[in-house]
Amino acid sequence: MKLHEYQAKRVMAGFGLPVLPGRVLEAADRVGTVLKKLGDGPWVLKAQVHTGGRGKAGGVKVVADSKEAGAFVKGLLGKPLVTHQTGPQGLVVRKILAEPAVRAVRELYVAVLVNRRTGRPVLIASGEGGMDIEELAVTAPDKIVRVDIDPLRGLEAFQARDVAFAVGLTGDLLAPAVAFLQNLVKMFLATDASLVEVNPLGVIGEGAERRLLAMDAKVTLDDNAAFRHKDLFQEADLTDLSDAEKRAGEVGISYIRLDGNIGCLVNGAGLAMATMDIIKLHGGEPANFLDVGGGATVEQVTEAFQIILSDPKVKAILVNIFGGIMKCDVIAQGVVQAVKNTGLDRPLVVRLEGNRVEEGRQILAASGLAITPAVDLADGAKKAVAAAAGAAS
Amino acid sequence: MSILITNDTKVIVQGITGGAGSFHAKGCCDYGTRVVGGVTPGKGGGNVDGIPVFNTVKEVVRAADADPRGMASMIFVPPPFAADAILEAADAGVGLVIAITEGIPVTDMARVKAALRGGATRLIGPNGPGVITPGDEKRPGCKIGIMPGYIHKPGKIGIVSRSGTLTYEAVWQLTQRGLGQSTVVGIGGDPIAGSSFVDILELFEKDPDTECVLMIGEIGGSAEEDAAHYFKKNMTKPLFAFIAGRTAPPGKRMGHAGAIVDASGGRSAKGTAAEKRAALEAAGVKVVESPADMGEMVLRAVRVG
Repeated sequence: MKLHEYQAKRVMAGFGLPVLPGRVLEAADRVGTVLKKLGDGPWVLKAQVHTGGRGKAGGVKVVADSKEAGAFVKGLLGKPLVTHQTGPQGLVVRKILAEPAVRAVRELYVAVLVNRRTGRPVLIASGEGGMDIEELAVTAPDKIVRVDIDPLRGLEAFQARDVAFAVGLTGDLLAPAVAFLQNLVKMFLATDASLVEVNPLGVIGEGAERRLLAMDAKVTLDDNAAFRHKDLFQEADLTDLSDAEKRAGEVGISYIRLDGNIGCLVNGAGLAMATMDIIKLHGGEPANFLDVGGGATVEQVTEAFQIILSDPKVKAILVNIFGGIMKCDVIAQGVVQAVKNTGLDRPLVVRLEGNRVEEGRQILAASGLAITPAVDLADGAKKAVAAAAGAAS
Repeated sequence: MSILITNDTKVIVQGITGGAGSFHAKGCCDYGTRVVGGVTPGKGGGNVDGIPVFNTVKEVVRAADADPRGMASMIFVPPPFAADAILEAADAGVGLVIAITEGIPVTDMARVKAALRGGATRLIGPNGPGVITPGDEKRPGCKIGIMPGYIHKPGKIGIVSRSGTLTYEAVWQLTQRGLGQSTVVGIGGDPIAGSSFVDILELFEKDPDTECVLMIGEIGGSAEEDAAHYFKKNMTKPLFAFIAGRTAPPGKRMGHAGAIVDASGGRSAKGTAAEKRAALEAAGVKVVESPADMGEMVLRAVRVG
């Protein structure tokens, strides 16, 4: 689950990390009143949508007075923000974070994420903040510092000092930098985060007033750890999900909508990906990823059909089920029942494999329903592609 | 003859009184696996289908009167308690832990992996189908997992995979072509796995009865790239591969927690199927394009060789 910047900063404040006081705007009226609570301005207004590139897309603005602020909020709220990551449809802005505008004298980059290769968290830092770290990794890899973290011990002070010196946070900034890095790792571990990114980490003020400030924050939490963080997960913003995706989440079906026209219903994530791949290989386009779960019961298959059919782009459906523990005749009966339950109105190709597959195929054939049986994976893909092409023409 | 497990392996089932635990404990017994005991804290003294239930792993080890290093534990404990169950098995000295549980928090797995480092316990999974060394009437096998036993056939092809049903698909394609398997290992679909492709490839390379290996990878991470590197440097046996997820959009988790293509804008490695395929082919691994051709690819190579 992704946190919005305003949520992430609230969590960070709880771990002693320096963030600015902010207010969330959800309506265009009384903008001035809310801003006044943050001081005299100027203020920075930031669209709260789950995407990078907000600034370039016009989702972030420094405003000098409440009139300018009001106009910006009015022009942004309820409208889609299109960035290089969102696709042409964009993401609708429902909340805007307002903070006092500050200017950093230096910008750095800090992130904690999971290094899958070592199986440990890794702290990544760079003295060059404010830019895309992925680009920096290619153009100037020597400017990036990486420190592996022992998840049983957290970040030791000496490790934090190494990083601080490497990115030039020295002198009076050394102690705050060490505290910042250690607290950031503490937060990462305590909240079961999969990513905590501060970009930029700013140095603000001059002389004796110099201090660190987390100017932006991107936090993703591990969905598997939701049971430990009910308070945070309660706040999950699901407005970007389609109704079908929400429904799938509720009934424990893994569903991701894609752009093609062949609906896929598969048991198991790996086989579901492979099914999409083979459709593409045979010249078709998958309309979705759908893993119905290992069991493939009548209830799950019925739910899955309804979810797939809610996508108007779907012209044909390919069911690909490997009958493992569950035998194919039982699965075939389930598919027939689910077709009847949903009143399926589009061509259906069914490929079953595994124990009692002949009995399963006979049940499909004898059902009197318009089901095209397939003998194997390739045959299923070919027939589904042909069915979708036929239905589309 | 096989890697990791044989018909002599004594097996513990942690979480045996749950629905999945009891169902699959019985399935493993039916296949011929020597299940010596189950564990559910607080339910010691009972039994599940004749399998005695204990409160702790140490109690099962004591009752089995066997060297725990040669034993294996299969874990069905629910996600909030699964990491603890793995550590309990390791603390009891169990040599092989196979975690089936899906949905263990990543930080838990990071801690488990750090705790197991340098120790004598090997972890397979979590979030995988388990491990099977196929058997038949002449030579009984060992199944520690949730895979359907009947699709397998004893033989000389090693399989290692991040997936469940896609592995069954591959096994079935091989079995139908008369090609048996030495051992089939599901390393699981999570971002942090107890054992990597490389760990298992090392074992297959050393196993005299494995002739070649089929590896089934998927998008996300760099385990396939590491395998390509290992193959080039250290492997003498042929390696075949399929990588699932070439049609997966970036930034979306495709069912498995670990199956995600990095969506950030830069140019460094993102875990795409194309990157993995290129790395494997550059190392000399034969990569099949269609999941329908996995069995045929291995068959052709075995015939020629």
